[in-house]
Amino acid sequence: MSFSWAKAYEPKHPAMRWIDERLPLPRVVYGAIGGGYPVPRNLNYWWNFGVLAGLFLTIQIVTGIVLAMHYIPSTDGAFNSVNQLIMRDVNAGWFLRYAHMNGASFFFLVTYIHIFRGLYYGSYKAPRELVWMLGLVIYLLMMATGFMGYVLPWGQMSYWGAQVITGFFSAFPLVGEPIRIWLLGGYAPDQAALTRFYSLHYLLPFVIAAVVILHIWALHIPGSGNPTGVDVKDEKDTLPFHPFYTAKDGWFAGAVLLFYAVVTSFAPNYLGHADNYIPANPLATPAHIVPEWYFWPFYAILRSFTVDFILPAKLWGVLAMFFSILLLFFLPWIDKSPVRSGSYRPVFKRFFWLLVVDVIVLGYIGGAPINATRVAIGQFASAYYFLHFLVILPLVSAFETPLPLPNSITESVLHGEVAEAAPAGQTRPRRGSVATAE
Amino acid sequence: MATKAQSAEGSDTAVANGGVRRRDFLNIAPVAFAGIGGIAALAPLIIQMSPSADVLALASTEVDISKIQPGQGIKVSWRKQPVFVRNLTPKEIAEANAVSLSDLRDKQTLAERTKPGHANWLITLGVCTHLGCVPLGIGEGENRGPYGGYFCPCHGSMYDTAGRIRQGPAPLNLQVPEYKFTSPTTVEIGASEK
Repeated sequence: MSFSWAKAYEPKHPAMRWIDERLPLPRVVYGAIGGGYPVPRNLNYWWNFGVLAGLFLTIQIVTGIVLAMHYIPSTDGAFNSVNQLIMRDVNAGWFLRYAHMNGASFFFLVTYIHIFRGLYYGSYKAPRELVWMLGLVIYLLMMATGFMGYVLPWGQMSYWGAQVITGFFSAFPLVGEPIRIWLLGGYAPDQAALTRFYSLHYLLPFVIAAVVILHIWALHIPGSGNPTGVDVKDEKDTLPFHPFYTAKDGWFAGAVLLFYAVVTSFAPNYLGHADNYIPANPLATPAHIVPEWYFWPFYAILRSFTVDFILPAKLWGVLAMFFSILLLFFLPWIDKSPVRSGSYRPVFKRFFWLLVVDVIVLGYIGGAPINATRVAIGQFASAYYFLHFLVILPLVSAFETPLPLPNSITESVLHGEVAEAAPAGQTRPRRGSVATAE
Repeated sequence: MATKAQSAEGSDTAVANGGVRRRDFLNIAPVAFAGIGGIAALAPLIIQMSPSADVLALASTEVDISKIQPGQGIKVSWRKQPVFVRNLTPKEIAEANAVSLSDLRDKQTLAERTKPGHANWLITLGVCTHLGCVPLGIGEGENRGPYGGYFCPCHGSMYDTAGRIRQGPAPLNLQVPEYKFTSPTTVEIGASEK
């Protein structure tokens, strides 16, 4: 699809030829994830996480469909259908539910790594802006899906999560409260809200799958990026996706699935909240209410606005939270540096890792019980988050002197395996390096 | 950096090992591991559709038959299926016993379809063996068909007073569920004799 030397599909079996002539689906698959997709030969393990995200989307859809065969979306029946019927009575129901619960966490975990990979290596830059923006759309859909799925067991955290998240909308003046009531179909979460969340929780993953196809389609026009950020120049710079990257993705997926199996089997509730094993009670909020871990950084930003300033603090918090994601859509134009890879941007690289630390701090603050010190730390971290994107990045991209780029991917690879992604002239051999053998 | 065994020159060793290279082992082992794991992961997706524990827990039900007069019957629910409990009159028993086995599609005597000493109690599933409709004839005044037993309105299967198929498309007699008399006036359907 992307390069002139990409191999065209040649059916090996007459049946495949017969199909291909009538419906060129085999050709599309071959060009997308087969031998017909040339991929830069120097991808490192950070490039494995897109495939992993696709894998966990699949796991979520498959386990979700079978759970939906037993789940009862009623305020009277939901809690018992999950905690009695599915967890105790349905054959292997406990396994499917724990797989789905933890599958959501793993989906977010690999997606966050995938996003930070993109931030470090400048994957959002031309000509891949739409790949980045479609990815953000997927991420927003994931957040909506994850939130609505968490409501379905109708435990205390489910209920109060629904109350708080829909409460965001009430922050907007005039239209806010009517929108909140419209979203819930009532004045508080109840049957109407539960049923529509169930319907949408079933629908959105398929919308995500559709946007994933667009994401991959847009990616395959320029082809995958790579750790040097240097464009592919000729065939020597690439390897066919199959068998090289199917093998690498395959073994790594197996390793991650082992980790997933360990968490699902031995610590299935580690990432959850005990309070969600209490049935929803509209008259009493749990003492410490937090969302799932993957929302914590945004929750910290939301809680950081405590003082009315022109607008009410409540509105500031909600706006800041929405804006913290929306501004990522503008990243291709915020960071104007022509150098893609952070490996060749010494100043950018330091600020990148500061951002990682900042988001982890925000995550910790968002998940911890609130007190004065934590609010102050959260406010500082929130401010830094916006400072990074709105001030630091534009300044760095304007004034930074990048390191010299390699002339080609092949040239950087020929430094040897260890040094393939290192800046030119910085090929210090590491312990155990075999770059000089033979 | 390919070791000698992995590279083309390594094929000498491969010949020595009956054509198997180290690399072949490295390929087969993880793919087999992942393949078996993938198949194992399918099992929960399949067995989750089988009846769950709460469904299996409803596998037996007790019925009080003391109020059923000869010639009457009741319909009870067992595993969400209707069960016909009928108190046969001496005339109906005689009719059932008068039939020669060679005239039957599914050859069974009334005695084989009832418990010893309780020959008047005909207990069968109310599920036509053709395609699963509920036959008429257990309720007062319902059409019992020409053989005095049950008549299925869906496709016209006709059963006699022993619940045996006599005419119509059904292949088998109405099924007799497992049951036992726990007292002279109580029957536990779904329970085995022992």
